[in-house]
Amino acid sequence: MNGVPHVSEATGDAAPSLAVRGLAYAYPDGHQALYGVDLTIARGERVALLGPNGAGKTTLVLHLNGILTAGAGTVEVAGLPVAKEHLREIRRRVGIVFQDPDDQLFMPTVREDVAFGPANLGLRGAALEERVRHALARVDMAGFADRPPHHLSYGQRRRVAVATVLAMEPEILVLDEPSSNLDPASRRELAEVLRSLDVTVLMVTHDLPYALELCPRALVLAGGVVVADGGTRDLLLDRDLMAAHRLELPYGFDPSSVPA
Amino acid sequence: MSAGHGHRLYRPGDSPVHRLPPHCKLLALVGFVLATVSTPREVYWAFGAYAVLLVGVAVLARVPAGFLLRRMLVELPFVGFALLLPFVANGPDVQVLGLSVSRDGLLGAWNIMAKGTLGVVAGVLLAATTELRALLLGLQKLRMPPLLVQIMSFMLRYGGVITAEMGRMRIARESRGFVARDLRQTPAVAKSAGALFIRSYERGERVHLAMLSRGYTGTMPVILDTRATGAQWAAAAALPVAALVVWAGALTL
Repeated sequence: MNGVPHVSEATGDAAPSLAVRGLAYAYPDGHQALYGVDLTIARGERVALLGPNGAGKTTLVLHLNGILTAGAGTVEVAGLPVAKEHLREIRRRVGIVFQDPDDQLFMPTVREDVAFGPANLGLRGAALEERVRHALARVDMAGFADRPPHHLSYGQRRRVAVATVLAMEPEILVLDEPSSNLDPASRRELAEVLRSLDVTVLMVTHDLPYALELCPRALVLAGGVVVADGGTRDLLLDRDLMAAHRLELPYGFDPSSVPA
Repeated sequence: MSAGHGHRLYRPGDSPVHRLPPHCKLLALVGFVLATVSTPREVYWAFGAYAVLLVGVAVLARVPAGFLLRRMLVELPFVGFALLLPFVANGPDVQVLGLSVSRDGLLGAWNIMAKGTLGVVAGVLLAATTELRALLLGLQKLRMPPLLVQIMSFMLRYGGVITAEMGRMRIARESRGFVARDLRQTPAVAKSAGALFIRSYERGERVHLAMLSRGYTGTMPVILDTRATGAQWAAAAALPVAALVVWAGALTL
């Protein structure tokens, strides 16, 4: 298990990992990116967030841990509303893995980078060391703690990036385009890691086969609202829906022929 | 600065000098340099003694002479300046190799050369036995303003990333037939530099977002706490204390 004791103390186990209600946001320059997003993700679910470029996916992600503050509506993580006063706990609960691992891995060594989050939460010494070791083992990168991040392959860096947020023992893992720039072997390795994790996952992606492979459920975000929510296979087989939102399957890929 | 691949000043090893905690070594270096620069320039034997001390450290750290000499090249510009001094300084002249040079200038040149060389060798020895990252931890430990330590550690991390980006931009330019032949080509290069600046700035913003997302509140948490034992302090103190003895001798004898 993940060992997140204070979640159940504070809110009870019934609260979903993520609940977004009526979320609207306009950037300071007046560009409105979100027009009222509603979504709920239960604990332990793996959900894909699909949508064309400019649909507001990144804007939505930045609301989940309070980097951006909602113009209207609410975001709750395991029952705790995203608000200034619990920003620290929210950022522990929501682990965002950004698209470019060079942005995520900013410390001189893998060990220090994985330790950065838990150290900000106040962990020190042996407890911190154990957290780092465990997080790296979960992404199969245990032997790389003393390497500088820029000496790792892209796929390894992506997995270390996942470890940096796992080390904070999050309630929900949010991945921004996890398969981008990965070769097929690294893609598969990352998929194995993600499947082995006992944590709620929200995966923002254009990679529809990857979404189908990893996420039983998918959401489609378009024009700043959630326009579809259902089984990933059902959504991918809905030609009209797909065509209406510039979602296209790779050449030769047939979702109905993939084993469930 | 040739950032990127590790760094070439460092020479991996496992000598007693390598193993000392970085902040002890930093303080030892400062102590040694203070002793040398405050030694009167006329006490020639003292500088010989300092050099012997450094040779001792180099032997203990197993840093070969060739390695040290190559890295001492950074001193060359100062040497050039020092060589000029005897010819431009005023005061009574002396004959050296048939040339008439200023006595004060000669002493001044010696002063710069001797103290500069000792300082450079001591610095090269520190860099050869301490990883840059450990050096930063040492500075942090010695209460260097955290913001400066953070800036330096980001330079260490992203120097290579930005150099690689610059390399890709150069390849992209040249792949489209660009050849930097003369001054007329500078606008294209300047625009690339501007683009690189903006890209780096935007990367900085994304890194900051990633830091905030993991609970950053303005200070770096202390992750690797290197504590020095009494024995390590004593070992590191050996060099500056020996230098201090020489210094005291130079002042009194």
